[in-house]
Amino acid sequence: MAGSQTQLIEGLNALSAGLILLTAFGMVATRQVQGVMRFFIVQSLFLAASAFLIGFNRGSIHLLALGAITIAAKVIAIPWVLKRTLPGDLYERREINQVINIPSSLLLALLLAIAAEFLVSPLLATTADPVIHANLPIGLAGILIGGYSLIARREALPQLIGILAMENGAFFAGIAIAPDLPLIAELVIAIDVVLIAVVVGVLTRNITQTIGTSEAASMSELREEPRP
Amino acid sequence: MTLIAAIFFPLLSALLCWFKPLRSIVWGITVFCLTISFAMAVMTAGQVLRNGNAVAIPGWIEVDGLGSLVLLLVTFICTLAAIFAGGYMRHGSQSRERLWWFYSNSNLLVFALAVVPALASPNLAWVGVELVTLFATLLVAYESTAGALEAAWKMAILTIMGAPIALLGFLVLYWAYHSSGGGTAETWAALSAMSSTMSPNLLKFSFLLVFVGFGAKVGLAPMHTWLPDAHSQAPTPVCAVLSGIKTTVPLYVILRFLSIILASPEARIGNWMVVIGLFSVGIAAFLLLQVHDYKRMFAFSTVEHMGIILVAAGFATHEADYGAVAQMLNHSITKSLCFYTAGMVLMTLGTRQISEVRGLFRTSPFVGGALLLCSLAIAGAPPFPIFLSEFSILSAGLRSGHNVAVAILATLIVVAFVAIMRHVNGMLFGKPEATAPVERVPLSCRTAVLLAAVPVVVLGVYIPGPVHSLLELAAQQLGGH
Repeated sequence: MAGSQTQLIEGLNALSAGLILLTAFGMVATRQVQGVMRFFIVQSLFLAASAFLIGFNRGSIHLLALGAITIAAKVIAIPWVLKRTLPGDLYERREINQVINIPSSLLLALLLAIAAEFLVSPLLATTADPVIHANLPIGLAGILIGGYSLIARREALPQLIGILAMENGAFFAGIAIAPDLPLIAELVIAIDVVLIAVVVGVLTRNITQTIGTSEAASMSELREEPRP
Repeated sequence: MTLIAAIFFPLLSALLCWFKPLRSIVWGITVFCLTISFAMAVMTAGQVLRNGNAVAIPGWIEVDGLGSLVLLLVTFICTLAAIFAGGYMRHGSQSRERLWWFYSNSNLLVFALAVVPALASPNLAWVGVELVTLFATLLVAYESTAGALEAAWKMAILTIMGAPIALLGFLVLYWAYHSSGGGTAETWAALSAMSSTMSPNLLKFSFLLVFVGFGAKVGLAPMHTWLPDAHSQAPTPVCAVLSGIKTTVPLYVILRFLSIILASPEARIGNWMVVIGLFSVGIAAFLLLQVHDYKRMFAFSTVEHMGIILVAAGFATHEADYGAVAQMLNHSITKSLCFYTAGMVLMTLGTRQISEVRGLFRTSPFVGGALLLCSLAIAGAPPFPIFLSEFSILSAGLRSGHNVAVAILATLIVVAFVAIMRHVNGMLFGKPEATAPVERVPLSCRTAVLLAAVPVVVLGVYIPGPVHSLLELAAQQLGGH
C-alpha cells in the first residue's frame, strides 16, 4: 500500500515537473508582460506543489515549509511588490520587443531543454532516486530557458521575471537534491529572492522616470568610444 | 567576540544612519563604526595567527587565514572609503537630503562584504554575495543620471543572472557532500576534509555552475562588460570599494571552492583556470590600450588583476597560492588608492576624459604626485607590492612547468603596463589647459589618500612578520602542493 502511494506521489511530482517545463515555454511564447507574469505565478505554484509532494513523501518538514515560503514569496509577495513599485503602464497590454521571433525562440528553448538533459546525465548515473531524475534536468532546463528569455527580451520587467524564473529552476532542482538543507538557509535564500525583486523593481522605476522608457535596448550610452 | 563585532558594527552604523536626529552626523557615525570594525578585524587576525582560526559560533561564523585576510581587507578599504566620502560627497551638486541614504546603504554593503568571509557555510556565503550585488547596484544608481542608471541596470542583469546558476551549483555541492556520507553541517572546513571521497562528476558540475555564476560578479572575461561601466559611473568612494574589494569577495568564494576541487584527484581543472584567467588578462590588457576615460582605465585594470589571481590559483602550487593571496592584498590596497586619486582628479578638473587632462603636475602637485604613485604601483613597477606578487606568481609558474602560460602572462602584464603609463604620462605632463577651473581637494580626501598610500609604499619594501604569516596561512587554505 505504501509503495503504491509513493508511486502516485512520484507520478504527480513528474507531472508537476512537466508542467514547470511547459510554463517555461509559455513565458518564452508570450508577448504580453502581464501574460509572462501569470505564467511565472503558475510556475511558482507548481514548484510549491512539488515541494509539498516530496516533503509529504519523505516526511520532511523542511520541504513543506519551503513550499509555504515559495507561495508566500513568489505567488503573493513578489507580484504585489512589483505592482506597487512599477507604474501601471508597464503592465498594460504591452507588447514585448524580442531580438529573435517567437517560433525560433521556442525552438531554441526546446534545444536548451534537451541540452539540460544531456548535461545532467553523468550526474543522474550516481543515483536511482526517481525524484532527482525528474527534477534535476527540468530544473536546469528552467535555468537555461529563463536565462535565454533574459537575453532575448529587451524590456525591463520581463528581464526581471526571467531572473525569477531561473531561481524557480534552481529551487526545483534543489528540493530534490538537497531536501534537508538547513531551514535558515532556505529562509534566507527566499528573502533574498524577494529583495532581488524589490531592488530591480525600484531600479526599473527610476529608469522609467529618468530615461522615459523601460526598453533596455535604448540604453547604450556607455561604451569604449570618445564622447563627442 | 571580536569577529562578531567586526561584522556587526557596519550593520549598527547602517541602522543609526536611519534615525532622523542623527542624520546631520552620518559621516561621523560611519567613520567611527567602520574604524572600530577595522580594529576588531585586526584583533581577529591576531587571534587567527595564534590559534589558526577564530570561531565565534561553531559551524556558522568562523574564519581561518584566508577568511581573516579578506575580512581585514574589507574593513580596511571600506574605512578609508568612508573617510574619503566625507569630502567627496559634499562636493558638487549632490543632494544633501539623500546623504543619509547613501551612508546607510554603504554601511549595508560593508556588512554584506564582511559577512561573506566570516560565514562557514557555502550556502549562506551565496546569500552574502547576493546581498553585496544588490546593495552595490543601489549605490551605482545613486546619482540617478542616465549613465549611472544604465550602468546599474547592466550590472544588475548580468550579475544577478549569475545568482540562480551559482545557487544550483551550491545545491549540487550540498548533494555531493551528503551523498558521500558527510553527516555534520556543511562548512568549508568539512568540505575540504571530505573532498577526496566526493563524486568528482558532481564536484566538477557544481564548480562549473558556481564559476559561471560568480565569475560574472568577479568580472572575468567575457562576462566583464558591466564592470567598467559600473566602476566608472558610481560615486568615487563606491568605485574604490567595488573595484578594490567587491570583486575580490566572490573570487574568494571561487578560490575556496577551487581548493576543494583541486584536492579531489580525478577532477583536474587547474589548467582550465589558467586559460580562463589568461583570457581575462588579455582582454583587459588590450582594452586598456584604447580607453578614453581614466576611471574606466582603472576598472579594466581590475579585470586584469582578477585574471592574474585566477591564473596563480590555477598553477596550484603553494608558492603560486602565496602569490595569489599576496596579489589579492596588493591589488585591493593599490586599486582603492587609484580610485581615490581618480576621484581627486575629477574633483579638481571636472572631467573624466584622459585627453582633457594635461599637465596635472603643474595644476596640482599633490594630485599629480598621487596619480604617478598609484599608476606606477597598479601597473606593477618596482618597488611596489604588486611587482613583488606578480614576480612571485611568474616564478612559481616557471617552477611548476607552466612555461607557455608564464610567457603569455608576462607579455600581457607588460602590455597593460605600457598602456597605463602611456595614458598617465599624457595626463601628468605637458601644459595644463588654462581655461580649466581648479578646485581644492577637501582635507578628508587628502587624509584618506595619505592613509591609503602608506601600505602601498611600505609593503613594497618591507613585509611585516604578521602580514607574512597571515599570507602563509591563507595560501595554505588554497590547498596547493
